[in-house]
Amino acid sequence: MTGGRGRFGGYGGAYVPETVVPALDQLEAAMDEALADAAFRDQLDGLLHDYAGRPTPLTHAQRLSDAAGGAQLWLKREDLLHTGAHKINNALGQVLLAQRMGKRRIIAETGAGQHGVATATACARAGLGCTVYMGREDMRRQSLNVYRMRLLGTVVIPVDSGAGTLKDATNEAIRDWVANVRDTHYVIGSSVGPHPYPALVRALQRVIGDETRAECIARFGRLPAAVVACVGGGSNAIGIFAAFLDDDEVELIGVEAAGRGLDGGEHAAPLSRGRPGVLHGSYSYLMQDEHGQVLTAHSISAGLDYPGVGPEHSALRDSGRVRYLSAEDEQAIAAFHRLCRLEGIIPALESSHAVHAGEQHAASLPAGAFVVVCLSGRGDKDIATVREHDGDRDDAAR
Amino acid sequence: MPPGERLTAALCAVRDDALPALVPYVTAGFPHRDDTVAVLRAAQDAGCAAAEIGIPFSDPLADGPTIQRAGWQALANGMTTALAIDQAAAARSAGVTMPLAFMTYLNPVLSHGLADFCADAAAAGVDGLIVPDMPADEAAETRAAARSAGVALVPLVAPTTTRERIASACRDATGFIYCVSLTGTTGARAAIAAEAFELLDRVRAETDLPRAVGFGLARHEHLLALRGRCEAAVVGSALLDAMFARQDDAAAAAGAFLGGMLHPS
Repeated sequence: MTGGRGRFGGYGGAYVPETVVPALDQLEAAMDEALADAAFRDQLDGLLHDYAGRPTPLTHAQRLSDAAGGAQLWLKREDLLHTGAHKINNALGQVLLAQRMGKRRIIAETGAGQHGVATATACARAGLGCTVYMGREDMRRQSLNVYRMRLLGTVVIPVDSGAGTLKDATNEAIRDWVANVRDTHYVIGSSVGPHPYPALVRALQRVIGDETRAECIARFGRLPAAVVACVGGGSNAIGIFAAFLDDDEVELIGVEAAGRGLDGGEHAAPLSRGRPGVLHGSYSYLMQDEHGQVLTAHSISAGLDYPGVGPEHSALRDSGRVRYLSAEDEQAIAAFHRLCRLEGIIPALESSHAVHAGEQHAASLPAGAFVVVCLSGRGDKDIATVREHDGDRDDAAR
Repeated sequence: MPPGERLTAALCAVRDDALPALVPYVTAGFPHRDDTVAVLRAAQDAGCAAAEIGIPFSDPLADGPTIQRAGWQALANGMTTALAIDQAAAARSAGVTMPLAFMTYLNPVLSHGLADFCADAAAAGVDGLIVPDMPADEAAETRAAARSAGVALVPLVAPTTTRERIASACRDATGFIYCVSLTGTTGARAAIAAEAFELLDRVRAETDLPRAVGFGLARHEHLLALRGRCEAAVVGSALLDAMFARQDDAAAAAGAFLGGMLHPS
């Protein structure tokens, strides 16, 4: 598909109801103006530093590296941010932008709840009303985050359609936006959606990559052999990749959720097994049937449980600049436990997919090399899921 | 004949009672997979001027709960894009002569193939195409495919649409202009929003093509309120609600509802 604005290769665009197109135009203009405005950058940088806890550390996972054998693994610690994941980078920026546009009301979708909590947090701070749409199944899986959002003064609306996961929540958020577009800003949580959202989310998340790259140079005097990140919609991945795209010697690896296995169809890996199509406003790789109906994704990780992916990842897949792999539920769970036991870090299940792929890749590299894995979030929210998965097995025996 | 001329003519025809032409939206394959033809016949017999055939999509962003549910039921019935095209052709064979337009989301069209979809729709006797998630500035390829197949590509404009965008949409339009009556998704409403009338005036300033008002219309009183203000009125969710309530004889339910909307007893 060709078209005007907001294209990454042939992907992207703005396939949305006409009603919201003027709001997208307004957002694009406000975004361009704000990102070029030193006062806005200073305000956002100040918030990220004083409120969110940036810069985040780069932690050497010594024992994990020893267990993997091969290159040294370093973790970019987005899990240490306020609210527990990289999502706060985007939420603080978009809520500042909404205030600049004079919007009084904020809506968002959420899967695992991390983006919902981040948006609820940014809204509480800014004194803006916030409504978050969340699939019923995700509310069950992530009940702690539902309660966190409510504590922060946000209204959480359950979505019963479809499988009750992120895709369905996104549909309802877009419908709300169509109905309330004049006074409402929609804070999309990933690098998906119609233009200019993928570009906006990338701009707000690239701080992850900029910090990582600068620290690698300062600490090691060289760049990593590889950078690894999980990909649902793909916001932490595009954020950390963005700083390294021009560094040809750095291998970039995105990790999709292979769920119960790519061959059985119960996965969330559109880049591995989908074909291009339009969902939620952009043209990108998509899990769909032969008739163009969108398929239900599956991942044990609610944040990766999405049949689409950001359009820039589709372009990076086709160009070959980023290699997209996948990790199954069981592989992610095993990596989760290893990081707990070997490093004293409880990672989000989303990030555990990247940890698995990082270990595998490190094992293929010489000991002198180093690999950065984006630890996009912490795992407190996933403890109930892991406990349910592991059942009665004694953790100490693992 | 230029694309959409039959649609344009049917919607401009002046009725004796001066009500706007009535255009039902029906979900193909709802409530049962093979109900489509009978429902379209009932609509024509009830006095409708044209019809929109909705091809169901898993994620209908512009639709409220009624059309969502009808679409999912149709998909569960095994409805596909290819079957909807077959049903349109079957409706033609069964004596449905009013103009027909497909209304569906972009992904099923892309999945079928843009050029093939337009050519197959034209071969089935379909006059137009409406795609609610494809704004005019993303429509260049679809417009070219529709034009070469001889199918009208009907743009949607909304109360939030700027004058410049209305002018641009009208310049490229064929068939008619779909005027979204409200800022929101489809679904029956109690009254027509005031912003609908303002939009109709703004569209009239840019084109002589007929204006069809849709989203929210549900009752005879809505047609009365639109008398003299537009050329056509689309009814979807309220019609489907009536069909949900009488799924064993959906064609009769549709005919009774549409007849009642035009001529209340």
